[in-house]
Amino acid sequence: MNTQNATASQVWSWLGEVPDPEIPVISVVDLGIVRDVAFIGDECVVTITPTYSGCPAMQVISEAVTEALHAHGLEKVKLVNRLSPAWTTDWMSETGKAALKGYGIAPPVQQAIDISGLRGGVKRGAFVEPEVTCPNCGSKHTQLTSQFGSTPCKALYKCLDCREPFDYFKCH
Amino acid sequence: MDAKIEYLLRQGDNALILSQQLSQLCGKGPALEEDMALTNVALDLLGQTRMWLTYAGELEGQGRDEDKLAFHRDAGEFRNCLLVEQPNASYAETMMRQFLFDTWHYFLMQGLLQSTDPRIAEIAEKSFKEVTYHLRRSGDLVVRLGDGTDTSHAMMQAALDDLWMYSGECFIYDAVDNAMVEQGIAPKADDLRAAFLDHVNDILTEATLSMPSPDAYMQRGGKQGRHTERLGFILAEMQFLQRAYPGAEW
Repeated sequence: MNTQNATASQVWSWLGEVPDPEIPVISVVDLGIVRDVAFIGDECVVTITPTYSGCPAMQVISEAVTEALHAHGLEKVKLVNRLSPAWTTDWMSETGKAALKGYGIAPPVQQAIDISGLRGGVKRGAFVEPEVTCPNCGSKHTQLTSQFGSTPCKALYKCLDCREPFDYFKCH
Repeated sequence: MDAKIEYLLRQGDNALILSQQLSQLCGKGPALEEDMALTNVALDLLGQTRMWLTYAGELEGQGRDEDKLAFHRDAGEFRNCLLVEQPNASYAETMMRQFLFDTWHYFLMQGLLQSTDPRIAEIAEKSFKEVTYHLRRSGDLVVRLGDGTDTSHAMMQAALDDLWMYSGECFIYDAVDNAMVEQGIAPKADDLRAAFLDHVNDILTEATLSMPSPDAYMQRGGKQGRHTERLGFILAEMQFLQRAYPGAEW
């Protein structure tokens, strides 16, 4: 392993400590939005991809990433925004999903439907809401309350057994 | 003006004006869940606006970024279609406007995935997932309200009849649209219109609503900058801060 690779992997591990501002139990790496880390000369180039195009957390995330790398002594940091391939919850790590569940948010339960699969997906009945497990009691006896929740990435569910409402991190 | 810049402004302005209209319902939704949904859709559309307008500003090369384009243009320079500037008159009108827009938006983004302009294809790829979710929801609500009580059915039918004349503008191609089709940047009008009418018909049938004639006269002019008076009021509110305090920043 040459010095550059070692340094890039070091940067990955530092980024693994940068929390998502809305859901602080998972890191930006676990969320799957850090797509690449590279050194061009003495500049560290971090490529990130937005979750939802209007997500206000993205600006905070960019600032947090830059600050964290500065704190570790990297002076030149450049953030590149990449749109394609579009972010999907399939990129969320298993560690991240487990942390979400522990935090009371049901993690995405399916593989995100691929683009071609979406074609029939707007026909009524073609899309079946997934079976979501209650993060509080583990029951699968749950029901969608609202397609949108407190942030763009979540929907609101309720558990029909323990009666608790909870957030579900939508497949995207 | 370059046809591609015009085309990008049309996409950005559609998303921006509808986002602004939905944002005005924040705290006024008929139920908390609806309130959250409207504002989340507004947020997605605002994010999409930024991508379109940023690209338009870069191509124009006159130093206008997304903010300058959003806040420093007057109504005649806006390129949104007339549908998105129709008022939030009732929840039936709001949801019917959303459903008609989402259906067109969905098939347009799907078509733009194949755009020969890679940046447009990327923006479409990002938007398409979000728009799919919007359309699932608005289609569901049109069915639930259309096939609901006598009152909700009557309100949805009236909203459809009111808004129908604004549903065709996006399929009436002008020189800008035709140039985009020729360059392989945008999908053809006929393909889009057929897909739009097919999906609208499916949903309206399930909603027990009567679809007006697709051959009815369609209002036009928004994407060339000829708007209803309504746009001026929308902009007066949206642009107030930058008009009163030009260049103000957070």
